[in-house]
Amino acid sequence: MFATYLNLVVQGTLLGGLYAIFALGLSLSVGVMRFVNIAHGDFIVLVSFLLLALSAVLKLNVLLVLPLVIPLVFAAGYLLQRVLLQRVIGQNALLPLLVTFGLSIIIQNGLLQGVGADTRTLSAGALDVASLQVGGLSIGVLPLLTFAVAVALVFGLDWLLYRSRLGAHIRAVTLDVAAADLIGLSSVRVYAIAMGIVGITVAVAACFMGLRMNFDPTSGPSRLLIAFEVVVLGGLGSLRGSLLGGIVLGVAQTIGGQIDGAWQTLAGHLVFLTIFLARPQGLLPRA
Amino acid sequence: MPANQYLIIATGRMVLLGGALALVVAPRFLDAGGLTMLTEFLCLLVLALMWNLLAGYADIVTVGQHAFVGVGAYAFYGAAVLLRVDPYLAIAAAAGAAFVIALPAMMIVFRLRAAYLAVGTWVVAEVLMLAAGKLPNFGFGSGVSLPVAVAREFGARPAERFATIYWLALALAIGAFLSTWLLLRSRVGLGLTAMRDNEEAAGAMGVNLLRSRIICFLWTAPFLGLAGAIITLQKLRISPAASFSIIDWTVFVIFIVVIGGIGSLEGPILGTILFFVLREHLATLGTWHLIILGTLSIAIILIEPRGLWGLLRKALGGDLIPVSHTARAGFGKPKAP
Repeated sequence: MFATYLNLVVQGTLLGGLYAIFALGLSLSVGVMRFVNIAHGDFIVLVSFLLLALSAVLKLNVLLVLPLVIPLVFAAGYLLQRVLLQRVIGQNALLPLLVTFGLSIIIQNGLLQGVGADTRTLSAGALDVASLQVGGLSIGVLPLLTFAVAVALVFGLDWLLYRSRLGAHIRAVTLDVAAADLIGLSSVRVYAIAMGIVGITVAVAACFMGLRMNFDPTSGPSRLLIAFEVVVLGGLGSLRGSLLGGIVLGVAQTIGGQIDGAWQTLAGHLVFLTIFLARPQGLLPRA
Repeated sequence: MPANQYLIIATGRMVLLGGALALVVAPRFLDAGGLTMLTEFLCLLVLALMWNLLAGYADIVTVGQHAFVGVGAYAFYGAAVLLRVDPYLAIAAAAGAAFVIALPAMMIVFRLRAAYLAVGTWVVAEVLMLAAGKLPNFGFGSGVSLPVAVAREFGARPAERFATIYWLALALAIGAFLSTWLLLRSRVGLGLTAMRDNEEAAGAMGVNLLRSRIICFLWTAPFLGLAGAIITLQKLRISPAASFSIIDWTVFVIFIVVIGGIGSLEGPILGTILFFVLREHLATLGTWHLIILGTLSIAIILIEPRGLWGLLRKALGGDLIPVSHTARAGFGKPKAP
């Protein structure tokens, strides 16, 4: 009994790593640009399809394709912010919400039109099924790798935002757009770079999501809801909180799914709502 | 305001009134198919009016509106079929159930600010939909059909039934429209408009924003529930996927209001008419239908965030349905000697 639950907690924690990666991009766009990207989940799914196609065309392992698309997704995020989102941010929260909502529907239906409604997964070859035996527990190498990447991303982004020069620029623009522009920082450019970074986190999320779970053109919204719950659970704007929020949600879903397979998603939502009502500021709120 | 502008606005109001009269006499001239479409039109109009009240005036952008439509549908089925309540009372029960569910939902979403609130409403809607799929008496995830006996209560023959459902939808639409108009012209609506124009000044004048927003949120729930009951009567079936359909009851509705004109009463009407015209021509295109609507709505936001009505308003020089109290001619202006 104890071993079963220990196993569930370990598996849930590893799943939580993936959920934290989902949440990082959302957390960044809310924290810096102050808008919630309704199409966040759809972006992840879109890049998963891109990785699937590239990996087939280049006949390369998807984990090797991922570094190749990084410049591409950075440029895509940069341009999206510069060309479209920049026009609607700032004035009121309604407009970016509605624009990204429109994007979400366009991406879902564009994918349905382009690749059909079939469910897909990504494959990393032999790594898909490899596992380690640790003290009687069987731990998949891939979930472990995902979790390690999540931790690395959280600390990497934390370093970028709070220790690097670019991070100082981003935080300056976040605190006061007008003042930042006044001292010669181009807020437009800083926002675009931040969205480019969001693009990179989306690509990483897309890769590990595709390796871990099924996806189809309409999977985006459920990924968005997970990302949102993780961000709120962790505490708005707290990157390390995202890791904790992801783990809580991952463990809740895994245990819920064990009790009854059909309850997995609902269990995650209910645990989220319960914790949120008790602690609206999140588990690790930024001071 | 020049005289010819009065003429334009008066003409616009006549058109609006003419449209309302046409809806009243429509059952005499339309066949079952036409009447069914008009019923759908009215239900969607109610949903659009409600979403617009929240997003356009109360600053509550919800992506979870479909939850209350679904709750209304399930409550109607539960009351009419499981509890064997009088079917007209069961429709009222749909309104009551939606209102009751709105109370805890409000406690959750009102703790989230601005953009987060939108996704919060979506989570609540998702939970309600998933929960509906766990109800044994409601056919679990696959749903259940409305028994013929219950449908017959609204008319023995299909033609009679379609007419009855149409009158119910028309009554709901007119009630929703007039009462929402009055709400917007009341103290609550004036406070919201003031808050939209200048939050600090409105706060200093004693406008209670939270109270106004709560009233608006609770206001929409019964109307959405009633729409859910009428939609169920028409489709004769409830299921989590259809009764809680985010595409039908939220996505389309957002596109309708954004394209028609958010933050006005003409906007949702214009948007719903345009949506049905587009649907007649685009529905066969399948996924392209939604791609076109999405692109159109983004284009509209970039050109004129107040939608088509925002553009028309500039051309006409005023609103056909004044929400503010400034439309009265010469009110407060010094009289010319």
